[in-house]
Amino acid sequence: MPEPAARTSGNGNGTPRIGVYVCHCGTNIASTIDVAAAQRAAESLPGVVLSREYKYMCSDPGQEMIKDDIRDHGLERVVVASCSPCLHEETFRTAIADGGINPYFFQMVNIREHDSWVHKDMAAATAKANDLIRAAVRRVRFHQPLEARRVPIDPKVLVLGGGIAGIHAALTLANAGKQVYLVEREPSIGGHMAMFDKTFPTLDCAACILTPKMTQVRNHPNITIWTMSDVVEVDGFVGNYKVKVKHRPRYILEEACVGCLECIDACVFRRGKTPDEFNLGLSKRKPIYIPFPQAVPQVVLIDPDTCIEFRTGKCKKTCIEVCADRNAIDFTQTETFDEVEVGSIVVATGFKAFDAGRLPQYGYGRYDGVYTALEVERLVNASGPTEGKIVLRDGREPERIGIIHCIGSRDKNTNVYCSRVCCMYSLKLAHLLQEKTNAEIYEFYIDMRTAGKGFEEFMLRVKSEGVHMIRGKVSDVYPEAGGTGRVVLQAEDSLAGMVRKIPVDMVVLATGLEPQPDAEDVRRIFNITCAGGGFFMERHPKLAPVSTFTDGVFLAGACQAPKDIPDTVAQAGAAAAEALALIDHGYIELEPNTAYVVAEECSGCKTCLGLCPFSAITRVDGKAQINPVLCKGCGTCVAACPSGAIKQNLFEDEEIYEEIMGVLAHV
Amino acid sequence: MSETHDAGQQVDGFEPRIVAFFCNWCTYLAADLAGTSRMKYAPNARVIRVMCSGRVDPQFVMEALAQGADGVLIGGCHPGDCHYQSGNYKALRRYHLLRRMLTDLGVEEKRIRLEWISAAEADKLRDVMNEMVAEIRALGPAHLEVPDESFEELEEVTV
Repeated sequence: MPEPAARTSGNGNGTPRIGVYVCHCGTNIASTIDVAAAQRAAESLPGVVLSREYKYMCSDPGQEMIKDDIRDHGLERVVVASCSPCLHEETFRTAIADGGINPYFFQMVNIREHDSWVHKDMAAATAKANDLIRAAVRRVRFHQPLEARRVPIDPKVLVLGGGIAGIHAALTLANAGKQVYLVEREPSIGGHMAMFDKTFPTLDCAACILTPKMTQVRNHPNITIWTMSDVVEVDGFVGNYKVKVKHRPRYILEEACVGCLECIDACVFRRGKTPDEFNLGLSKRKPIYIPFPQAVPQVVLIDPDTCIEFRTGKCKKTCIEVCADRNAIDFTQTETFDEVEVGSIVVATGFKAFDAGRLPQYGYGRYDGVYTALEVERLVNASGPTEGKIVLRDGREPERIGIIHCIGSRDKNTNVYCSRVCCMYSLKLAHLLQEKTNAEIYEFYIDMRTAGKGFEEFMLRVKSEGVHMIRGKVSDVYPEAGGTGRVVLQAEDSLAGMVRKIPVDMVVLATGLEPQPDAEDVRRIFNITCAGGGFFMERHPKLAPVSTFTDGVFLAGACQAPKDIPDTVAQAGAAAAEALALIDHGYIELEPNTAYVVAEECSGCKTCLGLCPFSAITRVDGKAQINPVLCKGCGTCVAACPSGAIKQNLFEDEEIYEEIMGVLAHV
Repeated sequence: MSETHDAGQQVDGFEPRIVAFFCNWCTYLAADLAGTSRMKYAPNARVIRVMCSGRVDPQFVMEALAQGADGVLIGGCHPGDCHYQSGNYKALRRYHLLRRMLTDLGVEEKRIRLEWISAAEADKLRDVMNEMVAEIRALGPAHLEVPDESFEELEEVTV
């Protein structure tokens, strides 16, 4: 081992010994940037004692090289020009710390995402890389030794959304011994899955596999279920979130109601008069009701818009009479709020079915025989409005049924994306409808998308059962002449090369999946991002599919993208696992990028006080003082301080000025 | 400025030099996404990462122009989306003042630009980059007069 070279002080005034590493990233960088030229250019920069190029800097040999160089050449600062710091800043900081110097004596240069991948001209891309490397070399001289801040992780978790994704995530976390708050806005958990009859491709009964899980959630000592509740405010940061939850009144005391449902029979309304939300308006409910027989919690609720007592105050209140000494009904309930502290959050808010009324050419809402797929799920369901009998709105049983795929999917007028589940659920509905009615069934599809375990086999099975497959998009739905009550589906059969006009009694519109209408509000509250039509954006599409850019907030289910139940459950498990990894680690290290005040230079002008969104700045003895625990490191106060008395670790003024001069310096 | 040129006229082979300050949570990530999506845009901008657009001191912009930048782009999260709640609003306030001041100094408005670009808006990032480069190319090089003399004398006076 050679003697380590003499080291100079690392305060930015001397010239620390800098090592520069330029990565090829295979050909990802090297095909657009002349890496050798960039490496040579770096060599001549002031302070650079060593510059190397290497095929994969992030590989073990790449990292070892840095560690060895720190030891053998006495490097005091390291610059790596490779990919985005989002990917490998941590990798290199760790390597540098292993090599024996402070991990923040490091600067990363993004010459892949910001350069080689977005430019074609090699000369221009190389010039850009040189500028960026020069800036980093100038900047890194001013880096200060820092220590990461550690904050403990609160082991409690909030799960937003009580569909199958939220249920599965909550159960996984609760089974691991963590306290979970499950927040659902509807009166019962269960989500869309509770509405389905069977699930593809195995035809398991949805209720048979879901309700046991719902019961487990209800009985789990570690889970608190809050139905009819919304998250209205989220404060804090990873490991230490404060969440404010609003509970809308149910007008029933949840603890007192035993779910006997006698009040529903006793209600002064003899029959239901309000469209039942759970059955999508295919049946009617009373003002006091339970959403569906297996609802969890097994507690009724009162709809104040239709209840006579709420509207007139003169009801006989037979419900209260029959509830007797259980005293579960309380007309005076109002909104209440809870504030809980949790360390992580799983967002599982699900989807909304596409509104078929937006495409008038399919006649939804105009012709009695036209249904959405979700409505048909209720029709074929034994606990649905017709107890599983397929009876049309006009009382007939259908003899011919047409199923139209891609309603609100794969169409630039609505949504360009494929909703992924419609082909398969259409095949499932074809099977179930045929089983129950013996009708002739016609599937109009664009492409049959059956990628999934057992999916293609299921399609072949349905086909062999005699369902007619017609490749073509229905262009028009119009009533059959002669007042038969039927409608005619007109489509170009693109395999037979002819136009078909098929009269049917029942039309099923395979509506696609859209983000929840209030996804935008949820996104704001949790500080996450939307992409691709309004679905929540994951941190990385391949490698961080359940994480978000907000640490400690995870995604599960169809709120992230359309997906079927197996994928939803898998993702919910992954989200729970990520939350558990965070919790069991016990603490998280935060970037030490807080702001601080140089007291001698502070004039006490108070400019900064009002700027801090986290109230981290106070005025003590006429000077500003920043509480490092509250400071999140945005740097807004630093930019505003008129006397330059506020500084920010990792983003010192000198460091940024050096970058500006570095990128603009003439060679 | 090292090149000699006629002010205001389009110069042959003129490549605008743009300094971009991108916030860590939205616009920097949009630029990363543009990369992973292999979108192509003009190679004229040099990105400097800050945690929040609220960190962009107007002096950074002045310094960039003084050092020879032909334009400065500031990228932040959309209003309401700031990772730090309101840093982008602070950036907006400063931007308006700064732009007015720079106009008085003879710097064309189009040379400084504030854009809200979310982490998902790689296409917007590409378009803004291309548009800004085209606009500044049409304007020609910036010619901010920076006095050569140091401020030492001035300091002596004030002392």
